Amino acid sequence: MTTMPSPLPVFEHRMVSYRRIWRGTVFSSFLLPVLFLLGMGISVGAYVNRAGELGVPYLDYIAPGLLASAALQVAIGESMWPVLGSFEWNRTYHAMKASPLRAQDLVGGELLYILVRVGMSAAGFLVVMTAFGTVHSWWGFTAVPVALLTAAAVAGPVMAYSASIKSDNMFALLYRFAVIPMTLFAGVFFPVDSMPLVARWIAYVSPLWHGVELCRAATLGWPLTLPAVAHVGYLALWALGGYALARSRFAKRLTG
Amino acid sequence: MLDESLIHARGLVKRFGDLTAVDGIDVDVRAGEAFGFLGPNGAGKSSTMRMVGCVSAPSAGTLRILGLDPVRDGPQIRSRLGVCPQQDSLDPELTVTENITVYARYFGIPRRVARERAAELLEFVQLTERANDKVEPLSGGMKRRLTIARALVNEPELVLLDEPTTGLDPQARHLVWERLFRLKQRGVTLVLTTHYMDEAEQLCDRLVVMDRGKIVAEGSPRELIERYSTREVLELRFGEDALDNYTGKLVGIGERVEALPDRILLYTADGDAAAAAVHDRRLAPSSVLVRRSSLEDVFLHLTGRTLVED
Repeated sequence: MTTMPSPLPVFEHRMVSYRRIWRGTVFSSFLLPVLFLLGMGISVGAYVNRAGELGVPYLDYIAPGLLASAALQVAIGESMWPVLGSFEWNRTYHAMKASPLRAQDLVGGELLYILVRVGMSAAGFLVVMTAFGTVHSWWGFTAVPVALLTAAAVAGPVMAYSASIKSDNMFALLYRFAVIPMTLFAGVFFPVDSMPLVARWIAYVSPLWHGVELCRAATLGWPLTLPAVAHVGYLALWALGGYALARSRFAKRLTG
Repeated sequence: MLDESLIHARGLVKRFGDLTAVDGIDVDVRAGEAFGFLGPNGAGKSSTMRMVGCVSAPSAGTLRILGLDPVRDGPQIRSRLGVCPQQDSLDPELTVTENITVYARYFGIPRRVARERAAELLEFVQLTERANDKVEPLSGGMKRRLTIARALVNEPELVLLDEPTTGLDPQARHLVWERLFRLKQRGVTLVLTTHYMDEAEQLCDRLVVMDRGKIVAEGSPRELIERYSTREVLELRFGEDALDNYTGKLVGIGERVEALPDRILLYTADGDAAAAAVHDRRLAPSSVLVRRSSLEDVFLHLTGRTLVED
């Protein structure tokens, strides 16, 4: 009996657990971003953008940004505790490593699961956005694949990070120095142009800004800062680099 | 020669930095036998098992598993192995059955077949009643039996058991041994590590005694006892007294005297006769016990240390 090992059984493993816990994730990955969207968009929106500098209502402006940001949050969250836990706490990866599965199957399976989760919450979020009239372009649906690409861009590096640490205390560092600055300064809530040059560069190198740009172009029909291929290419580079890094960190952790 | 051996190792070495965990061992495990690695913690047993399980690459030497190269053919070999690790790796969020069926999928086993095998295996390890329960509340013995069942789902040719009963209470241990004995009767090749000499005696047809990364003896439990120990052992305790005072006075009784921190062991063919001789010398031990020699005595003789140091 020789079956080629593949990422699918690793994905299946997550889905079997997910069937039990999905209700809890609806709140964190869908309802919370929606509450954020309405809270910020409507309440804060009443105070900012009074002269219409943004060209669109504030709700419409932040909606695509929050879509990309929510995708990032789900991807990062699922690349942290579940990955570290599978090495350290319930040793799921060690059990998998006793089967024909290889490091790339483990990383691939987790990535697949993350993309399914992000795809579901992004699609749901886009439906809410449409219901509130924030989607101005027929190209709006492309925000979902952009969310997936943004998720893939951060999931790989974060999985590699999780595979390299022993304790979840280290996640606080990642939040403090990467996730929170990215969320605040990557153009989700206000235009990057309004920041000093140094801060602007933080946005430019972060994958989130490229995701936000693409999402905003998709739902508002706005022109992009860079050619689409550059934004997509940059995210793809993160995704591929992150995948390769995660794969080598997984292999090292499992055989060390 | 090579074809018959499921495990074939020559000069096998595993180093971690400056530490040499496995220091040039030769091992051959044949189909259908129950083979043991006996030794204290840190003897290199688990490192050897990890190399055999194709998760850790040898630092030097030759290793062939099922005639294949573990570094090059890892996935192919692992598809034919069953591994029961020392540390629990069951998924606490899944049910007992799911732990087997999900694991079966890692081996590419179709879902329907996985469900059938899970039911059979749970029957075999006497967990059918817990099939739909979560894993978390199961006792240590039940979890170990479930791990064994899980390791059998791909119908492995070779089953690796790393310390299969460590941490279990005596009753749970006997249940695990009994199941493993049944597996052995079915002709499944078992390879186990243990630091319990009774476990090695119960289960192993043949074993190697490991100490500090090296193999110090090899044979069946009976052969090893015959070769390295006497038929019986007389265990003497002398209350709180310093044992050094007594060892000299016991010379000439039995073949060999061994002083442990808490007791003196007299190796002899006839324990009762030796006990009488001790009595004749007007020594007054606080306790006297005659027992058969065990692998513990073999290990003590070979290394000067006891197996379980705690």
